[in-house]
Amino acid sequence: MGFRVLSPRISQKIMNIVFIISGLITILILVFVLGYILIKGLPVVNLDFIFSNPIDSGREGGIFPMIVSSLFVTLIAGIIATPLGVGAAVYLAEYAGENWLVKVIRFGAETLASIPSIVFGLFGLAFFVVFLGLGWSILSGSLVLAIMAIPTIFQVSEVTISSIPSSFREGSFGLGATKWQTVYRVVLPAAIPGIVTGVILGMTRAISEAAAVMFAVGAALSLPLSIFDPGRPLPLHLYILATEGISLDNAYGTAAVLVILVLFVTIITNLAVDRYQNKIMGR
Amino acid sequence: MNKIEVEDLNVYFGDNHVLKDVNIEIPKNNVTALIGPSGCGKSTFIRTVNRMNDLIPSFRHEGNVLLDGVDVYNHKMDVVDLRKKVGMVFQKPNPFPKSIFENVAYGLRIHGINDNDSLSARVEEALRSAALWDEVEDKLENSAMGLSGGQQQRLCIARTIANNPKVILMDEPCSALDPISTTKIEDLIHKLKRDYTIIIVTHNMQQATRVSKYTSFFLNGEIIESNLTDKIFIDPQNKKTEDYITGRFG
Ligand SMILES: Nc1ncnc2c1ncn2[C@@H]1O[C@H](COP(=O)(O)OP(=O)(O)O)[C@@H](O)[C@H]1O
Ligand SMILES: [Mg+2]
Repeated sequence: MGFRVLSPRISQKIMNIVFIISGLITILILVFVLGYILIKGLPVVNLDFIFSNPIDSGREGGIFPMIVSSLFVTLIAGIIATPLGVGAAVYLAEYAGENWLVKVIRFGAETLASIPSIVFGLFGLAFFVVFLGLGWSILSGSLVLAIMAIPTIFQVSEVTISSIPSSFREGSFGLGATKWQTVYRVVLPAAIPGIVTGVILGMTRAISEAAAVMFAVGAALSLPLSIFDPGRPLPLHLYILATEGISLDNAYGTAAVLVILVLFVTIITNLAVDRYQNKIMGR
Repeated sequence: MNKIEVEDLNVYFGDNHVLKDVNIEIPKNNVTALIGPSGCGKSTFIRTVNRMNDLIPSFRHEGNVLLDGVDVYNHKMDVVDLRKKVGMVFQKPNPFPKSIFENVAYGLRIHGINDNDSLSARVEEALRSAALWDEVEDKLENSAMGLSGGQQQRLCIARTIANNPKVILMDEPCSALDPISTTKIEDLIHKLKRDYTIIIVTHNMQQATRVSKYTSFFLNGEIIESNLTDKIFIDPQNKKTEDYITGRFG
């Protein structure tokens, strides 16, 4: 109420300052966390740390099998989750119209997205590892991560596809294109930036998961050579190193590698998405 | 000779009776203008001809829309083929977010032409017909979204022409354009009428007199009067037509 006594110009000024400060605080937190991890972690990171096997449970040596495990589970999870998430989004946004099934699917995706990852982990243990007999393996871990990533990929893709202007679709139909030709040749190419962003969001979360995979991939220190081998992704390794008091230094080193990996992937895909966007939009 | 004959057409969107007993003949290789106030059903009418209204679930029609004597709503009609024959240019230029080349090649590709030489030849031909070639020939790979509004609209015309249609429907094609771009499109329409039957919806009465040979006046879903454009503007037979063209309402 007291706000109303201020002139619009002054309240606008105050709000601007509030926004700038909250923006600055966000950036500061990011810089602080990243800086802390990198300062503590980078001293142990070198080529040897990245490319050699751990020795003595990770007290010595490197984290090569963990890097491979991480990339492996995330890649397989992406291969499983992307077609399912994008497919569901295309179906809902382009074909289904508004009916009860659509509402149920949307609600399901929202619910799935809000379940704690440790619960997915437990489900993975019961269903993939034990019931389906997949054992502790890269595949079991990938399946858990895929289930977690599908709602993200689906939600971001659906919003993106729905936001593609209907004038593009009309133009395509007007030239005699079928529904599928329109979706495949006009809508999806225009939606690629958003879809890729959704996939990367899902994948960067997946690669950062310890809780979801801890009951499913095993915790093997050896290099996984097939999807049926157990593995130990970076976050899980970091968790074990820290909680079992094996080596805090190497835990920070592992964290630094993980952070750099995620940053690298995010920056590269952002650049690629921008480039593509500029190309199709003629900027 | 008539390219299109519409007999007792009634169109409904749900309970909304949008077109009422519309009868009109569209002569071949001429320009027919449709005028009338907003919401009177002009867009609905032209979208009935290429069955774009099929996309709207509540759409329902009665009567015949004959293209070369065949009802476009007969159950054997292939809608893909119909829309190839009856092209459409929209109110707001809507090129695809693709290269200029791919925009024009789009219709050809979806109808199964993938050979690069024939694509290039037909894209060039369509762009020349749409009076755009000279402006874009050295940037065919650039995005169509980077063109000016007027260029985009001519690109949309080129995209339609590439399909080799018989009829081109234009729904207020200049309403989003500046005067210079509008003149270019009007010149283009003059050129195109030799080869195509054109129906143009326009809000602008000067435009109707400049580009069309025939004009129909729509009001509240009915055709009040159809005649030679020169006649209708100089000597309207109906009081409502006269009121509209003299600017008393609309
Ligand atoms: N997609 C639609 N669904 C329901 N009603 C529509 C739709 N499109 C148009 N109408 C209705 O049809 C009538 C005619 O609209 P329209 O053909 O767009 O008029 P015009 O092009 O002459 O301005 C209007 O009453 C409008 O509300
Ligand atoms: Mg209209």
